Amino acid sequence: MIYLNLFFAFLKVGCFSFGGAYGAIPLIRDAVLAHGWLDQESLTYMIAVSESTPGPIMVNLATYIGSTQAGFGGAAAATLGVILPAFAIILFITVILKRTLENRYVQAILMGLKPCVAGIIFATGIQMTASSCLAPAEGTAMGLSLKSAGITLFLVMAAVVYRRTFRKKISPVMLIVISAAAGMIVFGI
Amino acid sequence: MFDVIPELFLTFFRIGLFTFGGGYAMISVIEDYCVEKKKWISHDDMVNIAVIAESTPGPIAINCATFTGYKTAGLLGSVFATLGVVLPSFIIIFIISMFLDNFLDITVVTNAFMGIKAAVGILILNAGFSMMKNMPKTVLTKIIMVCSLVGMLLINIFSWNLSSISLMMAAAAVSLAYFIVWDLRSKEGGKK
Repeated sequence: MIYLNLFFAFLKVGCFSFGGAYGAIPLIRDAVLAHGWLDQESLTYMIAVSESTPGPIMVNLATYIGSTQAGFGGAAAATLGVILPAFAIILFITVILKRTLENRYVQAILMGLKPCVAGIIFATGIQMTASSCLAPAEGTAMGLSLKSAGITLFLVMAAVVYRRTFRKKISPVMLIVISAAAGMIVFGI
Repeated sequence: MFDVIPELFLTFFRIGLFTFGGGYAMISVIEDYCVEKKKWISHDDMVNIAVIAESTPGPIAINCATFTGYKTAGLLGSVFATLGVVLPSFIIIFIISMFLDNFLDITVVTNAFMGIKAAVGILILNAGFSMMKNMPKTVLTKIIMVCSLVGMLLINIFSWNLSSISLMMAAAAVSLAYFIVWDLRSKEGGKK
């Protein structure tokens, strides 16, 4: 049943997404590609939409995927699935076992999880950047989309320049707005 | 104690509605409302929950809302604070999901999204970079990091039937085993 599938798929995401939204993206990617709920392309669009709308990115993605698969009920099932583990774990830690996280064995597990999540996020970033540059779009040469690769380079440079000039990181929303404008210009002409 | 529940719900609804950029941006907004203005929790509580949120899975906003809600008004408080912070995004995204497909058919929008694809890749790479910078750096964590990176790339390229979750389980197991062995050894060393 689709509601249960959505609920359990996102329950798994909620259980294993360490390190905030970006830790969840590889898991959500696994889940939606395995179930055929979204393709890589639509998932990428949706990540951008989730970044540009308020609220937790994971909740945004869960609601969207649930809603496109099974309407309101699907959205509710997926959202409930993704928030339930965090809710339960925090209650457990605050109410029952206040010292859970100080336990040496729990610490040892976390010590292994953090670098693993960093590696997984990094791999996903490489994968998504490569697939955006290699997309067989117009202007394709040897499978490399010169336009997309150009935009990627331009954005990296823009982010670096911004950082040098204003001494802080460019905000995700601003980077998305700049990239949208660049896309309209480069692919429009 | 229960009088505070509507206020708790509304406050977190507002936090959910006006915070862009996910969890880390939300922590400072929650601090502003719940510590400075409403005085529901102390500054120390807030530092604590930020650390806990980093080490537990799930959306950081949910971790914070559940904790603050519980501290302020018990179990019911945690339910309503969590609902409050989730509902705005749920409603907004649900509405967007009904129109997005038609919206993507417009040529200008398709072109814009071709550019946005590049930005999303960069954002994820950047998140990976900062996690790498902030992780505890020992020989073991570096090895785990490189293995997970290469492993995940191989899984994706060859479409192996493995998920990122299996990589995480393996990393946790390796780290735990290493710790136990190291612990036993140092105890034996202590006896001598």
